[in-house]
Amino acid sequence: MLTIKNLHASVDGKEILRGIDLTVNPGEIHAIMGPNGAGKSTLSNVLAGREGYEITQGEVIYKGENLLELEPEERAQRGVFLAFQYPVEIPGVSNVYLLKAALNAVRKYQGLEEVDAMDFLTLVREKMKLVKMNEEFLHRNVNEGFSGGEKKRNEILQMAVLEPALAILDETDSGLDIDALRTVSEGVNALRAEDRSIVMITHYQRLLDHIVPDFVHVLSEGRIVKSGDKELAKELEKSGYSWIHDAPEGETA
Amino acid sequence: MTEQSQQLEAITQKEYKAGFVTDIEVDSLPPGLNEDVVRQISLIKNEPEWMLEWRLKAFRHWLTMETPEWAHVHYPAIDYQEISYYSAPKKKTDGPKSLDEVDPELLKTYEKLGVPLDERARLAGVAVDAVFDSVSVSNTFKDKLAEEGILFMPISEAIQEHPELVKKYIGSVVPHKDNFYAALNSAVFTDGSFVYIPKGVRCPMELSTYFRINAANTGQFERTLIIADDDAYVSYLEGCTAPMRDENQLHAAVVELVAMDRAEIKYSTVQNWYPGDENGKGGIYNFVTKRAACRGESSKVSWTQVETGSAITWKYPSVVLQGDNSVGEFYSVAVTNNMQQADTGTKMIHLGKNTSSTIISKGISAGRSQNAYRGLVRIGPNAENARNYTECDSLLMSDTCGAHTFPYIEVKNPTAKVEHEASTSKISEDQLFYCKQRGLDAEDAVSMIVNGFCKQVIRELPMEFAVEAQNLLGLSLEGSVG
Ligand SMILES: Nc1ncnc2c1ncn2[C@@H]1O[C@H](COP(=O)(O)OP(=O)(O)OP(=O)(O)O)[C@@H](O)[C@H]1O
Ligand SMILES: [Mg+2]
Repeated sequence: MLTIKNLHASVDGKEILRGIDLTVNPGEIHAIMGPNGAGKSTLSNVLAGREGYEITQGEVIYKGENLLELEPEERAQRGVFLAFQYPVEIPGVSNVYLLKAALNAVRKYQGLEEVDAMDFLTLVREKMKLVKMNEEFLHRNVNEGFSGGEKKRNEILQMAVLEPALAILDETDSGLDIDALRTVSEGVNALRAEDRSIVMITHYQRLLDHIVPDFVHVLSEGRIVKSGDKELAKELEKSGYSWIHDAPEGETA
Repeated sequence: MTEQSQQLEAITQKEYKAGFVTDIEVDSLPPGLNEDVVRQISLIKNEPEWMLEWRLKAFRHWLTMETPEWAHVHYPAIDYQEISYYSAPKKKTDGPKSLDEVDPELLKTYEKLGVPLDERARLAGVAVDAVFDSVSVSNTFKDKLAEEGILFMPISEAIQEHPELVKKYIGSVVPHKDNFYAALNSAVFTDGSFVYIPKGVRCPMELSTYFRINAANTGQFERTLIIADDDAYVSYLEGCTAPMRDENQLHAAVVELVAMDRAEIKYSTVQNWYPGDENGKGGIYNFVTKRAACRGESSKVSWTQVETGSAITWKYPSVVLQGDNSVGEFYSVAVTNNMQQADTGTKMIHLGKNTSSTIISKGISAGRSQNAYRGLVRIGPNAENARNYTECDSLLMSDTCGAHTFPYIEVKNPTAKVEHEASTSKISEDQLFYCKQRGLDAEDAVSMIVNGFCKQVIRELPMEFAVEAQNLLGLSLEGSVG
């Protein structure tokens, strides 16, 4: 699905990603943890194609294609989805309008017909149940006046509608109350599939109790310094990141 | 230039789709302007003596006036002697009474523009008056409207058939002395629409006029007069296009609206005159005076405009709130791209008690264009409890464009409440990226964000116009952000 090799990226001449290697196979869930400022959001932005990053070395292969050569919308149409850490507000544009335009853009790429308004509503209502969102949110402007938790839920709703092959969730659990965390996790779990991979960025072990990852990686200072299974997250919770740095070099993956 | 800006630039380099020329035989007057030309126009139109006198008075006054220079626009002086003041498709008979008599070339022109004149072909009940250069070529649904006592016809016809109404109202809202272009228009206006809605009648369909400038070196001077008598209601739509030409062409219209007791007039414009090319060559000079009088108590006038075309726009649809409890509204989107210049806004003149007005202006500037909002809110000494709310937002799509706001507020009554809000922002890269990450290409993303920015205005437009306006917004900005 996704192979990242020795990826280096800088912003304004400052190197932020300093050699990332990561392979994600279909159906796998990877959790990425790491201290603030480590480069987690930078990695997601680079994968999604945000402007402003200079790729100085390395490559990213997604489904056999050089991902870094594609425009952001081309990546999205091919199934790369980013749930934003800070979803933006778009005044005057209703949530349902953006959702429908997005779905149709993806379908167009797939050579499918546009969905008509009625079928679309049926589909969205179905998906809204998944994240327990009230229909009222469809007609509100994109993220405008949404609470922090509502914004995150809305990201997962978009994911549910677009059914991406690779979903990158950047701190989707931050800002969620306990019930919302459960709901969102259930939503994500429902979207688990053999042909869908998920990369979750999080600071908290408790998310991983709900969505159990196949792999856990620690990203620090622009590199993946340690990889393991879900037990790694538990150790991190107990001992913090300093424990990683104190560990002998040989233990890093 | 960043990749984003390049994309935005690419998006805003659009093609003007209505830029073709119709090859048709015309009767026209040679270029030039003097009393004889005014007399000839009046003669061609077989006008009564009082109309000619009215024109001549305006013309003589115009000679004493000077071009206004206060607007934030720049252009070389116009030589009024080089313009032809009359151009009309050659007529087979005395003027088309039915579509069968309309030249097929003309029908094709309107079809290409998406304005079918065939009544059977029209979707919702929209009655259309089509003005081609100086004359009205087709007027649909006239008979149906007549059953309700509604008059909807070219103003030249109204002058013949309902002189008492025309005489009573023409110039009563925009007197010929009002300004330079209004005086010029009063002297040489050739056609335009006339609407009268009798007491207590709600006009059952949208009335619409479609203006088309075709002939080269011709000015279009249309004059529209709409009267809604007591308790009447009408929604009127106006659309405009012109061929692409290297020369600038002048369009100096006057629109007068009169709303009597409890009457309501909704006037919507989608203006897409040729804006000139990306270097500022050619395009329409759109110098228009639009004003409404809320004469009756509790009357209401709403202006809604989406202005995407013209090389220069100079236009301030205004409302004089004379009647107590009357309401004036102005909703505007003005888009400028490339070298376009727009100086537009409104005047709300509060004279009656408890009058209220709302101004929502959205300016979008791209390329090297200049976009100014100019608005006056005046509360007269007798306007007890007058209210105004003004919101003026500018969206910048490049680093080379300009957005300006000139609000003028004059309050002569201490009970007035006047609120003004203004904002200027650049189109946000975060919003663009967000939309692209969801699969939208740059063009659709810009169009979506811009339409969102303009929503308060677009939703005021009648349905079929709203769709057209949304498409136009996307098109006008093709090739622009940076
Ligand atoms: N556009 C930018 N300009 C300058 N510095 C940047 C820019 N984007 C990211 N950085 C820097 O890169 C580093 C990594 O940022 P990033 O947002 O990827 O961290 P993160 O791992 O997601 O942190 P958090 O856990 O706080 O979300 C930070 O030091 C940040 O300040
Ligand atoms: Mg982050």
